[in-house]
Amino acid sequence: MSLEIGTDMNALQATNEFLRLYWAPLLCGVAVVAILPLIAGYIVLVERKIMADMQARLGPMRVGPHGLLQPIADAVKLLIKEDIIPDNADKLVFWLAPVLSVGAALLSLAGLAIGPAFQIAQDINIGILFVVGISAMGIFGIVLGGWASNSHYSLMGALRSSAQLVSYETAAGMALVSALLLTGTLNVKSIVEAQNKEGIWFVLLAPVAFFTYLVASIAETNRAPFDLPEAESELVAGYMTEFSGFRWSLYFLAEYTNMIVVASVATTLFLGGWLRPFARVPWLSFLDFAPPVLIMAIAAYCVLRVPKQPTRVQQLFMLAVAGLCFVTALVLAVPVVLPIIKPSVREAVAPFYAGIHGGFWFIFKVSVYIYLFMWLRFTLPRYRFDQLMRLGWHFLIPLSIINVLLVGVALIVGAYFHLQGWGLLLVTTPAAILALVAAFFILAVEKGHDARPDQTATSDFYVG
Amino acid sequence: MADESKEPKPVHVPTGDKPASSTPPVSTPSGKPADASAPAAPPKPPAPAAPKPPVVLQTPLDNEFVTRFRAKFGAALLEAMEDRKQAILIVERARLVEIALHLRDDEKFDMLSDLTAVDWPKRDRRFEVVLNVYSFAKNERLRLKVLAADAEEVPSVVGVWPTANWQEREVFDMFGIVFSGHPDLKRILLPDEWQGYPLRKDYDILQQDTAWVRENLGIESGQ
Amino acid sequence: MGPQHPSTHGVLRVKLKLDGERVIGSECIIGYLHRGVEKIAENRTYQQFAPYVDRMDYVAAVSSGLGYCEAVEKLLVVEAPPRARVIRTILTELQRIASHLLWLGTHALDIGALTPLFYCFREREEILKIFEKYCGARLTTHAFRIGGLQYEAYDTLEKDVERFCKDFESRIVEYETLLTQNRIWIGRTKGVGILTAADAIAFGVTGPVLRASGVKWDIRKAMPYAAYDQYKFEIPVGTTGDTYDRYLVRMEEMRQSRLICLQAIENIPSGPIMGKVGKVLKPPPGEVYHAIEAPKGEIGYYIVSDGTVQPYRVHIRPPSFINLQAFDRMVRGHLVADVVAIIGTIDIVLGEVDR
Repeated sequence: MSLEIGTDMNALQATNEFLRLYWAPLLCGVAVVAILPLIAGYIVLVERKIMADMQARLGPMRVGPHGLLQPIADAVKLLIKEDIIPDNADKLVFWLAPVLSVGAALLSLAGLAIGPAFQIAQDINIGILFVVGISAMGIFGIVLGGWASNSHYSLMGALRSSAQLVSYETAAGMALVSALLLTGTLNVKSIVEAQNKEGIWFVLLAPVAFFTYLVASIAETNRAPFDLPEAESELVAGYMTEFSGFRWSLYFLAEYTNMIVVASVATTLFLGGWLRPFARVPWLSFLDFAPPVLIMAIAAYCVLRVPKQPTRVQQLFMLAVAGLCFVTALVLAVPVVLPIIKPSVREAVAPFYAGIHGGFWFIFKVSVYIYLFMWLRFTLPRYRFDQLMRLGWHFLIPLSIINVLLVGVALIVGAYFHLQGWGLLLVTTPAAILALVAAFFILAVEKGHDARPDQTATSDFYVG
Repeated sequence: MADESKEPKPVHVPTGDKPASSTPPVSTPSGKPADASAPAAPPKPPAPAAPKPPVVLQTPLDNEFVTRFRAKFGAALLEAMEDRKQAILIVERARLVEIALHLRDDEKFDMLSDLTAVDWPKRDRRFEVVLNVYSFAKNERLRLKVLAADAEEVPSVVGVWPTANWQEREVFDMFGIVFSGHPDLKRILLPDEWQGYPLRKDYDILQQDTAWVRENLGIESGQ
Repeated sequence: MGPQHPSTHGVLRVKLKLDGERVIGSECIIGYLHRGVEKIAENRTYQQFAPYVDRMDYVAAVSSGLGYCEAVEKLLVVEAPPRARVIRTILTELQRIASHLLWLGTHALDIGALTPLFYCFREREEILKIFEKYCGARLTTHAFRIGGLQYEAYDTLEKDVERFCKDFESRIVEYETLLTQNRIWIGRTKGVGILTAADAIAFGVTGPVLRASGVKWDIRKAMPYAAYDQYKFEIPVGTTGDTYDRYLVRMEEMRQSRLICLQAIENIPSGPIMGKVGKVLKPPPGEVYHAIEAPKGEIGYYIVSDGTVQPYRVHIRPPSFINLQAFDRMVRGHLVADVVAIIGTIDIVLGEVDR
């Protein structure tokens, strides 16, 4: 009997293990694939709203109150659009390319940890390497798509895109190395834990690395001012020129997912992942209340806006949004408020707290990072291709290599003096300053090599 | 040529300042009564429209510049006149490039503002090719005209003023005047397969249409 | 490239011969928008033709209209009364600002800066509102008549213009903050599309493009028309003749236009707005060439009259058409990305190129 129970228990455990290992990630994966388009759609909406705000206009206002349903309308439009495949295209590759692109982007999400408890794939000990490697695979989708479309614009866009990725991946990798030197691990969770242990975010310890990564990540995701592969004024829409409808939206999804990925990597490595700001400083623990209060404020704002909505449906919708925010705020508030009322449950709610609040802070930081992307996009003109390459090869890569050296030296010196946490700033700040000096030096050298176009180039193609 | 970029003195009458000094008796009366009587002629007395002829708007031009010009080119200058105080020279077609070079280099008419043509089908040389040149140094405009009959070629001034390139192509496009020595004379605004030259006065607007209908539909368009 | 391409500002087709991404030769193919304006003119009376010139440079219709009206007035040997001339000046200068704003917005957009476009359109909207209040139309205004004006200035014209000029000062600063010192902007425009003064004159280039090459020539000063001889303003000139200089010159021109407007509204003479011209215009036989400084350069009208009510020949010297010729010279040796910058910097309107 007991034996039977034992085997039963074993079987149960095995089943559990099996579920944990395979089904849970699968479910999470399906959830991500299902939800991510929606999230990307709303990022687009937010982007358009921010753009509108910066450009003194309103942005989407028609579908739903303040255009809140616009992403859904867009999605429906894209899905029911005619699917055009150019006659001269390589059909199979044309079909495969966007899938490859979006697949790589989604797959790289798997390696990220949104909170201490949220991670789709099992804890991979080469987490960061996995994310960076897989997300770089997405370029195949772009190159193949551009090639398969059989169009000049597409091909040039694709070539630019690959050249750009190759150039900036190096700089980004070096920037990551600088940060990884500080932890000595590639495991995503351990990196965040290390920042928790040191009590300081790595952005302070390796500011130059963060800056290089920021620039490189914008370039890698093909966002303005580095959006040359799809520069609409030169190449119409770059590699996406011949794509329409659903295929096009897949590329779009890939682009936005990649944004989330690079933002998440930056958050994990430099911005303390799911940690609240200054997680080790006790008197700042009132910041724990920030998430529920913030979301409650959004709910209140929505309620205030209700009477201003023109139609009944829109009013109801606004109320629903307010309700949703309210419930979210309550859920976020429970793990914070409960221990204060009943100290005994502190232990019990700790995982919830870590999970939910970790998720909040993580998403918050990712949003800030993405906002930065948008801000730059609406402010800056576009680089020219040669300038972009020069910036990558002649400036960012030397700078990031020098920075790796300097951070390494700083850490050795720090270890010699047994410096910890904020104390490390004593050695890393001079390193950063040295890196800045190096940056100016590189710029000065670079200025001498400023290549001017050769205007003597002539041809008999056009007379006069 | 950049040294000529000094600010030109504000002259109120574009080309009239020299003739005004050299031939005062002609240009002053032509200006004043024109102001007074030309507007009076059309509106007030509609019946006696005849008293217009006394208003002399075109006067022969004879100033220093023309004298110099005549001394150099002699018979190549067919006529020098002034219309509403704007100087016009009608010159020999064959010597156009030579004259253009002289104007550009010696008289500092360094910019060709405009090149066009006018069609007078009833005259024996129906085309007037009109060049409007401008001098930064003198702040003066000068109009140069050459006459050409239907099949006669006009020498191209692209070598003198590169800007003439497209303008000569446009004149070729619209009038069918051939510019000899033009590097790339082909239609510019109209499609390459266009029939006829639209700005000629005898161009029938329906010609292209009827031809197309006849060719593609096999019927007479009846328009 | 083209004729349907997002940054050729209409239907310009450019054949480029490339060596990698470097341009070694180019040819512009134009005429997609040709409407035979000059032929139409021969079949219309003088007044009937006036609205057609608005359709050439449709973003600066007031300037084209002014040139035509003044040319016919010259042909008729009449002059518009002082009041009409001052109002003409105000509207034309506003039009210059509007045209330059449109240029700035689209040029910046070509180079990849999205935001200035909307700022520019915001101010341009104010100008168009003034036009609409004045003559009921925003773009193809047909604001002037041969001999003067049809409409008396509406009551608050001066106030509207003044308010606009007041706001506009800080707005220009706004654009400059976004672009002038921006490293990327400088990188994209400095040294791009250089046109020397000698080349510019040889190609007959006029307007801001010529001035950016260092030639201080502006018809408003050289051969004043309308009421320009009464106002003080500077002619900005560039030094190198590159895209950045053209940008600076146009920015400064907007400032100067603003100053002209402010001076003009201070003292608008009273009196009639229409000169002594009849209902039927029969200019005495002869011909006239009259040019004014449009936002894009010298717009000239060569009109031949045979004494009838219809012009015998109207030829238009469109600044965009002539300036576009210099494109080949400017673009050689540059990269494809610079091509759009250079098309933008010439500031062409295809309606005017093709007529």
